[in-house]
Amino acid sequence: MMKPQNARGVPLKDEDLKVGKVLTTEWRVKADYAWDCGIAIGRYFDGLKEGKILATRCRRCRRTVVPPRIFCEWCFKPMDEWVEVRDTGRVNTFSVSYFSWDMTPLEKPEVPAVIEIDGCSPGVGFMHLLGEVGDNLDEILRRVKVGMKVRAVWKPADQRTGAITDILYFKPEEE
Amino acid sequence: MLVGKIDRVGRIRTLHGDMGVWHKYTFGLAGERFFRTLAEKRVLLAPRCETCRKTYLPPKIYCPTCFAELTVWVELPPRGYVETYTFLYEDLEENRLTEPVAVAFVTFPGVEGGIIHRLGEVRPEEVCSGLEVEAVLAAERSGGLQDILYFRPSRE
Amino acid sequence: MERVAVLGAGMTRFMRRAQETGKELAWEAARMALDEAGLTLKDIECVALVSAPDAFDGVHMKGEYLADGAGATRKPFMRSFVGGGSGVFAIIHGWYHVASGHFDTCLVVAEEKMSSTMPHPQAAFNTIYDQFTERPLGVNLLWIFALEMNRYMQVHKIPLETIAQVSVKNKLNGLDHPCHQEGITPGPDLTVKDVLDSEIMVWPVHRLMVSPVTDGAAALVLASERVAKRMTDKPVWIEGVGWHLDSSYWTNRDLYYPKYVEYAARMAYRMAGITDPRKEIHVVEPYDPFAYKELHHLEGLLLADKGEAPRLLEKGVFNRDGDLPSCPSGGLLGVGNPIAAAGTMKVAEIFWQLRGEAGARQVARPVKRGLAQAWGDLMQVGTVVVLGR
Repeated sequence: MMKPQNARGVPLKDEDLKVGKVLTTEWRVKADYAWDCGIAIGRYFDGLKEGKILATRCRRCRRTVVPPRIFCEWCFKPMDEWVEVRDTGRVNTFSVSYFSWDMTPLEKPEVPAVIEIDGCSPGVGFMHLLGEVGDNLDEILRRVKVGMKVRAVWKPADQRTGAITDILYFKPEEE
Repeated sequence: MLVGKIDRVGRIRTLHGDMGVWHKYTFGLAGERFFRTLAEKRVLLAPRCETCRKTYLPPKIYCPTCFAELTVWVELPPRGYVETYTFLYEDLEENRLTEPVAVAFVTFPGVEGGIIHRLGEVRPEEVCSGLEVEAVLAAERSGGLQDILYFRPSRE
Repeated sequence: MERVAVLGAGMTRFMRRAQETGKELAWEAARMALDEAGLTLKDIECVALVSAPDAFDGVHMKGEYLADGAGATRKPFMRSFVGGGSGVFAIIHGWYHVASGHFDTCLVVAEEKMSSTMPHPQAAFNTIYDQFTERPLGVNLLWIFALEMNRYMQVHKIPLETIAQVSVKNKLNGLDHPCHQEGITPGPDLTVKDVLDSEIMVWPVHRLMVSPVTDGAAALVLASERVAKRMTDKPVWIEGVGWHLDSSYWTNRDLYYPKYVEYAARMAYRMAGITDPRKEIHVVEPYDPFAYKELHHLEGLLLADKGEAPRLLEKGVFNRDGDLPSCPSGGLLGVGNPIAAAGTMKVAEIFWQLRGEAGARQVARPVKRGLAQAWGDLMQVGTVVVLGR
């Protein structure tokens, strides 16, 4: 005897919906948001606009972290100070994406990565994209190594708005 | 200390965005049968639990009381009654409507539950609980709640 | 604390798109579980439901909406959610209801109808990323898995071929599951080469290394010892539960090892009196939304040393006829991934394995204790349950 027995479920194919084999109805949620950036991210964005990466530091836990936060989530007390950290770092991990956010195929692959930022505690960093590392998988896998040094490439000052995209990408830097 | 009063009000940042999703729903097994019958045969059916002796609206494939599978469907009585009602003065975007719209919860004798829909061909002062109503169907039906245009006071 | 038993399990077919509404899916699974337990809805004193965010089904207050399909009309009802971890969290939640002595029976239901999300469930998933520091980069949910997978591979020097073996094992196992999603496995002769030849989504993730989008539901009936002893000669006891959450600052943690899974496992092992999990756990269902995750989680569950799981996989330890069969059900890769219900399917599998009712999927070795684990969110939550006979 093998369980489960007589399981129910009526599977549909995309075609079934298109040809109206079953009835469907649609609804579009009008959900627009105005998110307050908050104290920490607000200041972080101010820093990015000026071409700086700002971190916060908890003296008790001896941690300097990006993205910055106003309280330490480890010991639950407010952070002690802001610290300007470098705009260089090392690749902690990376990947090569062939699809965009809504699963449409990309012409050229993107290279998301987690970059450990110099000046922060070990292993601490944020996600961004790598650039100038090649246009196809073979090139990228030859060029990009975990642990390699990278440097931020910024938008020109007059084009920065105070957003994570003020950094265009991180590019490899020779040791 | 980083937590404190906001002293640079002009520098508060807000980020705008949206959810980027919409939804396409199947009617389900019960809904498919209910709305197809309405569209194709101009008849309103509802499922009945013989154990609990209850007929249910909105239609379901299971009895919510005893969990039995519902396979028997019966035709609704031709007339329903306004159990309760209200008038709408604004649309979903809070724009004022030119004419108030009457919306009612219509129940049917012997049926648990009912249908929420607009009332039509009725003056506001005629609307009351207990008003006997009948469904007015669209001439062209596509399968959905819109196949009922509204409920109006029944005509003899 | 009362002892809590699982009396019955049920599930729907796992499908890319179901005709049933979420309510109907919930009822189909719950009804099957009740029938197996030999109970009626009247016997159920409370309901614990899990389902992913309302944005997936597209129904606000989804718990309340699903409630009558989950048998909760006019009963005490609670809904919980921890991402993919929910499928096992549901049992933990239900266990609380009965172990506390507050209720004698609990119906645990897990439901997902994510096919309603347009243009693709990804569009809802993507909102898991921080709107300020991550979404503006044009993120795709697969990024974070690819980043974690690459880190895991790099730290332990794991070849892609080994990870592809997980896909082969689970997808072939899944062919023996009556509810597996149509098309989830290309064929009974699937090879590692087929997996590596499949389309690259976000390198190093290939298409056949990812579980699909799925609609489905699963349910379990829990009962106190008093009720269980009257209803069955084969009760399966909940011997240990554990759950743990890490921070959402995932870029501040080293992704090569899921610490939160270890903490959850330790909690469950302590409760179950297990000191040597590798010997005392006889069959395991770790969460496998991606092929590498099964190995990642086996290590977090302390069933393999850090970096050792790939080697044990190659030795055949995790096959159905191995020493520690893993994902005999086929897992998410072989059966499907309806977010909140997938973990519950795994618990159901352990339940059927312990009762010797898994048919063609039954593992070769004798089993008295099994473990099911789920995971969720931004590489954040571990949920674990240990069942025993």
